[in-house]
Amino acid sequence: MTDSAQSSLAETRDVAKPDLKTKVAKRLKSRHAAELRFRAYGILAVSVAVLFLGILLERIIHQGYTAFVTHSITTEVYLDPNRIDPADIMGANYDQMITEQVMAKMGVAEDEYGTTSGEYKEILSPDLGFKALEALRDNPKLLGQKISLTSPIAANADLYYKGEITRDIVEADRNVSDQQMVWMDALKTKGLVTSHFNTYLFTNTDSTQPELAGLLGAIMGSAMMLLVTAVLAIPIGVGAALFLEEFAPKNRWTALIEVNINNLAAVPSIVYGLLGLAVFINWLGMPRSSPLVGGVVLALMALPTVIIATRSSLRAVPPSIREAALGIGASKTQAVFHHVLPLAMPGIMTGTIISLAHALGETAPLLMIGMISFVPGLPESVTSAASVLPVQIFIWENASERAFHERTAAAIIVLLVFMILMNLAAILLRRRFERRW
Amino acid sequence: MKLYTRPLYAPDTSIGKPRDPSMTTSATTPKFVARDVKVYYGDKPALHGIDIDILDKSVTAFIGPSGCGKSTFLRCLNRMNDTIPSARVEGTILLDGEDLNDRKVDPVVLRARVGMVFQKPNPFPKTIYENVAYGPKIHGLATSKEEMDHIVESSLKKASLWNEVSDRLHQQGTGLSGGQQQRLVIARAIAVGPEVILMDEPCSALDPIATAKIEELIDELRQQFCIVIVTHSMAQAARVSQKTAFFHLGNLVEVGNTEDIFTNPKDQRTQDYITGRFG
Repeated sequence: MTDSAQSSLAETRDVAKPDLKTKVAKRLKSRHAAELRFRAYGILAVSVAVLFLGILLERIIHQGYTAFVTHSITTEVYLDPNRIDPADIMGANYDQMITEQVMAKMGVAEDEYGTTSGEYKEILSPDLGFKALEALRDNPKLLGQKISLTSPIAANADLYYKGEITRDIVEADRNVSDQQMVWMDALKTKGLVTSHFNTYLFTNTDSTQPELAGLLGAIMGSAMMLLVTAVLAIPIGVGAALFLEEFAPKNRWTALIEVNINNLAAVPSIVYGLLGLAVFINWLGMPRSSPLVGGVVLALMALPTVIIATRSSLRAVPPSIREAALGIGASKTQAVFHHVLPLAMPGIMTGTIISLAHALGETAPLLMIGMISFVPGLPESVTSAASVLPVQIFIWENASERAFHERTAAAIIVLLVFMILMNLAAILLRRRFERRW
Repeated sequence: MKLYTRPLYAPDTSIGKPRDPSMTTSATTPKFVARDVKVYYGDKPALHGIDIDILDKSVTAFIGPSGCGKSTFLRCLNRMNDTIPSARVEGTILLDGEDLNDRKVDPVVLRARVGMVFQKPNPFPKTIYENVAYGPKIHGLATSKEEMDHIVESSLKKASLWNEVSDRLHQQGTGLSGGQQQRLVIARAIAVGPEVILMDEPCSALDPIATAKIEELIDELRQQFCIVIVTHSMAQAARVSQKTAFFHLGNLVEVGNTEDIFTNPKDQRTQDYITGRFG
């Protein structure tokens, strides 16, 4: 290098220094601006998400919380031997008898056509008559005696007590007449009607009467179905993932299987319903609308997710652990089952529980296998007809009675609580068993 | 399991006991005899035909620049390359005269005889005791709790770790310092009663003090085991080994007594490398 070249290089350096500073400073401004912009977008996105979550929760809770409180009527009932034939206790009109007794107690007079008692009956509970019959059937000696009965009050009356039906509404537009409102006020003042936590929602099964309808059947159905799903999806999914990740040769076939598993996770759930209908019900002849078929279909749906979650948590186990085990002469199987699997377990459990929670809330495939049916009793086994929580929500939402709508929201809250509990369990399990190295 | 019924390569259970004199090979008989060993990763050749004899009861160091194939060759000696699906090994490697790539040889039994220590300390996320006892447990080397306790204690003692951990055997092995973890891993390898210990850059993740302890330990273990160590540090090779092999671009350039290699290398490449001209 010549002297002149050297000096010119030195010159350019001297010139470049302040120039570089100003250039960087110029760019710095726009870089900071870009950073601020990105932060603003982030905050905006999070706010929108939180806002909509808030609106959703507010709507559901606002609509549903009233369903957790209900009103019951407690009254003394005289099992009148003049009206009940001991030889045919089923034949008596208990509702009419009880209505007349309550009317007498409240000082409401019957008219000659019997329309007053007909109207009065509407604000009492249809369940009182059943309760009286049941008591008598259990113990025939009660005939001619007085018994105290408590029962949920008619749904419309309940809505009136809760202030959902008010006098502001034109009488023709509501299910409760002005006269009935006066009677209901009287019942309340007399202390026959009390409000309390709606235990019926959790102890009763579905019913055509909203005041008697509960979620027990749906909860049991969901539990049975989820059990079937878990029993099938967890061992098969974890086993498949273990084989594919740790033992299977890496070739074209396993690559093809992997692609297909990933695609299956994205298949619309209703397609699984069609599969269930065609294979399990029509071909294998399994009972329709049973938790068994529902569970099998949901297991198929959950399998890809379980496999993917398991594989990714297996992959997260550092290879040094495998090498350590193999290096002292553990066989492949021992290395996997003694070291890799226990370390991957928290991730596997989390993924599995979340996919089960997803299955718990699934509705579409269950509609295809006939789970959308009115099931008034408890499922006796996994093969008997049952309802499940999301489908119960769907059925109640379609009901015409207004009282079912608040129960729909209540059922959504119950379903959400179950989901939150499952997700919480997933988080706690991960926290508890996660190991660091 | 059928693996352990094979008498040919039954693991050595004589931990802490003097070895059967008939089993001890004389210093001149090589433990490993490798001839024309070639390794391919897929289509890419990594080793171009290695011929080397490795002596028992001594330390052999593999040196060479990164990517020269020294670790690949080390992993041939206990068939760890089997775990890499694309790897293919050709040629013969005899361990005490038996081809360890023979189909009849079970890698599980081979790895019990030829233990391995890795670059990064990799104790299991279990207790110190469980770490050491794992190998003997899976190979069925202890029949009672006392026997297992004895194996764990003697292995930790041989790895010069006993004094530091004897009061906390049931604490997590991952809670130890890096140097202690590496000695724990060595104890874990010793517990199976191997004949050979392979070490793949065992000190590269450790500070100088921990390194010095490991080197001291290697020197002690040499009395009992055949040790092969891969190292990036030429000073370490000079300190701990009796034989040194220099690898370059998948070839074994030169092998000989450590002294000779460092003071009087025959090959120009070796000289360039040890004088720091490349690598």
